[in-house]
Amino acid sequence: MSILELTALELGRKIKSGEVAVLEAVKASLDQIRKKEPAIHAYVTVDEQRAVKAAETVQKMIDNKMLTGPLAGVPVAVKDNLCTKDLLTTCSSNILYNFVPGYTAEAVSNLEKAGAVILGKTNMDEFAMGSTTETSAFGVTRNPWNPDHVPGGSSGGSCAAVASNECFYALGSDTGGSIRQPSSFCGVTGIKPTYGTVSRYGLIAYGSSLDQVGPIGKNVSDCAAVLEVISSYDKKDSTSVPRKDLDFTSALVNDVKGLRIGIPRDYLGEGLDDEVRQAVLDGAQTLKERGAVVEEFDLSLVEYAIPAYYVIASAEASSNLSRFDGVKYGLRAKEYEGLHQMYKKSRSEGFGPEVKRRIMLGAFVLSSGYYDAYYLKALRTKALIKQAFDKAFAEYDVILGPAAPTTAPRLGESLKDPLKMYLGDIYTISVNLAGLPAMTVPCGTDKRGLPIGLQLIGDCFQEKKIIRAGYTFEQTREGK
Amino acid sequence: MSRQYETVIGLEVHVELATKTKIFCGCSTEFGGAPNTHTCPVCTGMPGSLPVLNRQVVEYALAVGLAANCQINQYCKFDRKNYFYPDNPQNYQISQLYLPICHDGWVEIETAGGKKKIGIHEIHMEEDAGKLIHDEWENCSLVDFNRSGVPLIEIVSEPDMRTADEVIAYLEKLRMMIQYLGASDCKLQEGSMRADVNLSVREAGSPQFGTRTEMKNLNSFKAIARAIEGERKRQIELIEEGKKVIQETRRWDDNKEFSYAMRSKEDAQDYRYFPDPDLTPVVISDEWLEEIRNRQPELQPEKLKRYQEEFKLPEYDAKILTSSKHMADMFEETIAICGKPKEVSNWMMVEAMRLLKEHEQDPENMAFSPGNLAKLIDLVDKGIINRTVAKTVFEEIFARDADPEAYVEEKGLKIVNDEEALRKTVMQVLEANPQSVADYRGGKEKAMGFLVGQTMRAMKGKADPAMVNKIVKELLTKMI
Amino acid sequence: MANMISEEIIDYVGILAKLELSQAEKEEAKKDMGRMLDYIDKLNELDTSSTEPMSHIFSMNNVFREDIVTNGDNRDDILKNAPEQKEGAFKVPKTVE
Repeated sequence: MSILELTALELGRKIKSGEVAVLEAVKASLDQIRKKEPAIHAYVTVDEQRAVKAAETVQKMIDNKMLTGPLAGVPVAVKDNLCTKDLLTTCSSNILYNFVPGYTAEAVSNLEKAGAVILGKTNMDEFAMGSTTETSAFGVTRNPWNPDHVPGGSSGGSCAAVASNECFYALGSDTGGSIRQPSSFCGVTGIKPTYGTVSRYGLIAYGSSLDQVGPIGKNVSDCAAVLEVISSYDKKDSTSVPRKDLDFTSALVNDVKGLRIGIPRDYLGEGLDDEVRQAVLDGAQTLKERGAVVEEFDLSLVEYAIPAYYVIASAEASSNLSRFDGVKYGLRAKEYEGLHQMYKKSRSEGFGPEVKRRIMLGAFVLSSGYYDAYYLKALRTKALIKQAFDKAFAEYDVILGPAAPTTAPRLGESLKDPLKMYLGDIYTISVNLAGLPAMTVPCGTDKRGLPIGLQLIGDCFQEKKIIRAGYTFEQTREGK
Repeated sequence: MSRQYETVIGLEVHVELATKTKIFCGCSTEFGGAPNTHTCPVCTGMPGSLPVLNRQVVEYALAVGLAANCQINQYCKFDRKNYFYPDNPQNYQISQLYLPICHDGWVEIETAGGKKKIGIHEIHMEEDAGKLIHDEWENCSLVDFNRSGVPLIEIVSEPDMRTADEVIAYLEKLRMMIQYLGASDCKLQEGSMRADVNLSVREAGSPQFGTRTEMKNLNSFKAIARAIEGERKRQIELIEEGKKVIQETRRWDDNKEFSYAMRSKEDAQDYRYFPDPDLTPVVISDEWLEEIRNRQPELQPEKLKRYQEEFKLPEYDAKILTSSKHMADMFEETIAICGKPKEVSNWMMVEAMRLLKEHEQDPENMAFSPGNLAKLIDLVDKGIINRTVAKTVFEEIFARDADPEAYVEEKGLKIVNDEEALRKTVMQVLEANPQSVADYRGGKEKAMGFLVGQTMRAMKGKADPAMVNKIVKELLTKMI
Repeated sequence: MANMISEEIIDYVGILAKLELSQAEKEEAKKDMGRMLDYIDKLNELDTSSTEPMSHIFSMNNVFREDIVTNGDNRDDILKNAPEQKEGAFKVPKTVE
């Protein structure tokens, strides 16, 4: 069996035992990247020299027993909106085409401390705005299962890299489904943790109140182990939550007896692809057979999550992205007359159409006279959505549903109609509004052979319940 | 008959707080320093950086609010104020709009017209902007972010002032109060206290306010007084000509004694405020508030009263001594060493004030150590030097904090109490001035004064005048 | 579309957001924004009159730093990405006339 087929934890064990050298694993990944990238384009930047150098350093530390964790020496890919010191960080945007941070995102820094070797930075929708990775300024990423289809987004590069064995696991970020939906499209596993669990320091903000960093891996165990490493209370992030229950791997238990699982009827209605519906219901049945109590219920308010999300996320984005102005870093237009033209030209040349669309919408909903009608209305809706989930979690331990209404669409299909693309986020978006943890695990393929993902949603701080459910479900699919 | 107008003035006063670090990062607030040497990713708006609030900023804001008789918003939040400008690194300023920390207070001022309460509309916390240096050679501007993120409070008054005198009295009151609290040094010239003047005029007796303008760039009390007079005239002229005052921001040029509008079609003045998702609310418990209240130092009105009661100083003297926190501190430190409040007060009131006036300095500039003044008072008290010499010594203390004992020793300024030596000098003086001796004998008593003066001169002032008097008289009588 | 976005609104938003749009982009933006606002107006179906706006999910508050200097001189790192710099400062087009 090739090294590349190993999961992150399997590779970590082999590195620890000396069976596989770190450099060997890194070189295998780099070879695979060379082989696959022309067709997939999962990466914006691959830094071979850096990876090789890191491999040597990490190997020494493993040999000296200074690094003993399960992920020491395992190569990782990092989404390009996480700052990495001395390594190009672009957010897949022209406006940051040359930005080399002087600091590292806390989540990445935690990984490095655990001995991770960074291979490079993965492609994404520009500033994480999109659901297909087609809005990247540096070209689309293709779905490893079928290159005519999108990998999903915005963490499409990370998910495609994991699916094509171009890395052993990856980091993504999730503002409205950006880990869970591409995980579903690429047949990999991804977790969006409870808001505040992973530090946002060094994550280039899109919607600050919604953004979370999370792991993308080949299976639930890998994701739990990575989440355990990247989660930390960070004094540099005021929204970081101090938690004492970050031992997520302790929830890798093959047992769901008595676990109460609710399926929102609202998640099975109009717009949901029949094959996806069937795969999800089959998944629920499997968990029921393993002893879970499964029933359908009405979550309510589902159709209001998308409009509320687009108001809040766009408003925050319009403000977050105003710092890209050609003064301190990134693109400055070549020709301009005076300050204001410098701003306008730099930003107009630097941002792509989807980013401009959301910045403009955000500026509009916050502008004088509209703040109450749009922004406050959306925040009130968010409160109602949170209440609906609170009510649901009084009854259920886990909410189960699809991660996306369909399997991966063909390239070029989604961007024609932005609103239709936004509607594709219907099952993921409310989770971000309510700050909940959620996970996608593969649950089958459609008749074209494209993967389908099952979404498991937990109450705030209840990652362990979804990890247990996901792990148990995964065990039933061994060999499938 | 010409119409009578009333001027209505409200002030927005920005005060830089005396914290060691910036409001949202651990950079030093120290003044000066080469450009951008007190900066970090947070205060330069680097992507992915996040703010964390400095506790001391809240405590200073509360201290000022309590001293200004404000109501406290025990649940307050930070909002983003969005506008593009190169000194504003994120292109939004973190400030407070919806729930400022303090509101509805007042301070009492006193002018020739009597006592008056000026309402405080609100006090909010915010971050300062960077500094723009204009480079005439290259026709560009240079941005230095050393001041970016320095904590400010903005004190917004009600439109309660009617004259420049009231405005100056209000500013002096605020300055004194804040200096007493130790919350800022409030130096107008260095920009640690800045005032924007909102001014409108209306016909006397009119119940409605006129259209107001806001004037910026006022960096001395004199400039403020001139700007008020200039703007008042400008608005009255407009009204008399049948034109309208436009609500706008104007920049005062104190050299030209003229203000001009800061209008630009690129400025929409629509700040799109919304709560900053990167910061959590500040909740001020009753206990915390009580703690701040108990920690409040003695403020000027109480000190003024105490000086009169405890030290039996006249009201006038106590007022001058307490007009500057620094002077009051020096006064108290000196009497802590040597007692004698009357003596210390005299030196401060007469000699120190005279020298300050001579050197056009503020009491804040007094830099000598109280110990040296105490020593001086002791030297006079013990009759080691006389008052005339003491004045010269004080000048040395004032100018360069000279040690009076060492100085007196070095310059040989001690009073000569050796009667024999004194007798000898008097004899010489009498011999050298036969005419005066003859005049005295002829009944001109005045001549004795001259001879005493000559003796003092010969002794270089070091003789005890009483003793000189006695010897001169004795010898003159004897010689008859 | 219920929300008709005028040329003036697009120009105004362009000033706020510091974006310069071509005529074709403006037409596109009018259409997109109108459609999005129509969709967002769906929120008006909800009675939120008795619901407080929720900015933060968790009722966390009073997250503070102590007033201690932790940062030294990082100028080289801060300036290294500047499109233009001079004498240790970021260089921009002249800001005053």
